[in-house]
Amino acid sequence: MVAQNVGFAVIALVMLVGALRVVTSRNVVHAALWLVVVLSGAAAQYVLLAAEFVAVTQVLVYVGAVMVLILFGTMLTRSRIGTEGGLNNPRWWLGIPVAGLLMAAMSIALVGGIGDEKMPAGAEPVPTAVVSDQIFGPYLLPFWALSFVLLAAVVGAIVLARKD
Amino acid sequence: MSALAIEIPYWGQSLLRVLGGLVAVLLPAGTIVYVFLFKMMSFMQSRLGPMEAGPYGSLQLVAEVGKWLQKEDIVPTNADRRIFRMAPIVVLVSTFLLVAVVPFGPDAWFTDFETGIFYALAVSSVSVLGILMAGWASANKYSLLGGLRAAGQLIAYELPMVLAVVGVVIQAGTMNLQQIVVAQNSGSIFGFDGLGNPYVLTQFVGFLVFMVAMQAELSQAPFDMPIAESELVSGYMTEYSGFRFLIFFIGEFATAGVFAMIASTLFLGGWGLPFAWFGWDSVDSVANWMNVAGPVIVVTKMMAVTFLVMWVRFSSPRLREDQLQRFAWKVLIPLSLANIMVTAVFKVVA
Repeated sequence: MVAQNVGFAVIALVMLVGALRVVTSRNVVHAALWLVVVLSGAAAQYVLLAAEFVAVTQVLVYVGAVMVLILFGTMLTRSRIGTEGGLNNPRWWLGIPVAGLLMAAMSIALVGGIGDEKMPAGAEPVPTAVVSDQIFGPYLLPFWALSFVLLAAVVGAIVLARKD
Repeated sequence: MSALAIEIPYWGQSLLRVLGGLVAVLLPAGTIVYVFLFKMMSFMQSRLGPMEAGPYGSLQLVAEVGKWLQKEDIVPTNADRRIFRMAPIVVLVSTFLLVAVVPFGPDAWFTDFETGIFYALAVSSVSVLGILMAGWASANKYSLLGGLRAAGQLIAYELPMVLAVVGVVIQAGTMNLQQIVVAQNSGSIFGFDGLGNPYVLTQFVGFLVFMVAMQAELSQAPFDMPIAESELVSGYMTEYSGFRFLIFFIGEFATAGVFAMIASTLFLGGWGLPFAWFGWDSVDSVANWMNVAGPVIVVTKMMAVTFLVMWVRFSSPRLREDQLQRFAWKVLIPLSLANIMVTAVFKVVA
């Protein structure tokens, strides 16, 4: 497990630096590109956890779709090269307690949910069929609820985009 | 690697895989450029093409690479230097990541990845990032427009591509490319197993949608609006010269080759021959010589698929930007959704 721990530390460090640069970068596009580093790092961590399907989904959804959309949007509207001032919201400090709260809630949930349980050494990745059996079996209702939320978002987007 | 009957240490295997990946990406790229871009296009235009460098101009590419390498590496004054330099590399890296899941034989694969085809679709979208970076960092309105067009196009055509693949995944019952190959070659159509079950026959609609979407993902004509020279000079590549242009150029044709390999793995039976010919019944009983014959078969099929792509490229005029988007959203996506429904019904009934 030592190799995995070293891998985790290296990736986590890269993600940490990336996350800091996202909020300190003085160029919107640079910030977005640093976010790509952070999100790809998350995908790499999933691979270390032998969760291949989740890792690939992370790349497909976040790196391939969400980040492209963000970059597309920023480049279409304010594509300036070089440093920019006034990118910070005057109430940026509000983010610190919110982030702290979020971290506390997630730590409680994770520690409460997993506890001392450890991943077995040399764990094989879970076959995708097992993942889908879980999604379409015990977790069918949350899955449906999520698809309904997405459908509502799509309809909302169309309503917003329509001129007439 | 057990077929070789010698134990190679892990680092040695990794090194061999990296070298194999380099060969699997660069060799098809060079072959495609020479055979199709130089010779086939010339033939279709009633000329000879390059003839001076080497026999029948076969060393022309070496001369071209040499020319590009000794050119000055120019970065525009107003450009964002670091991102400008990184962009072509991001595009090429996505191609190298793509080849990692293509199987070349019963034991000749880079990784036996459980979510193979899903992974391939995911990393192929990383190249969009590189193209957007190139378009933005060039500080040139034509570059930026080209980059944005490329992004819009790649997103629009990624959907039908994923949906076309879903049909194959339903039929094969797996996302692992190796097992998709095995499923095709050990399958049968209505009890006839002389051909196996190449999905180009039973998933013909999926194959058509995949090929059209592939043409657009590769930005080959008639889908080459991102680099439309009459409107955008050369799109996101306008400001690139020297070896960075070379990287874009290699990336374009290497991605064409790798996508063609994936198409032949998904729809044409990949490295395999119909197992019924030799009485094999599973991947373990496949003879060892398939590890040598497999890559040859994959490359042959890849050349056939690339021939189709290039044939369309050289003989059709460019679509308009709105026609491109309308075609993806109003024709290809409904068609592939219908294909998924029909495939699912057949899977449950049959």
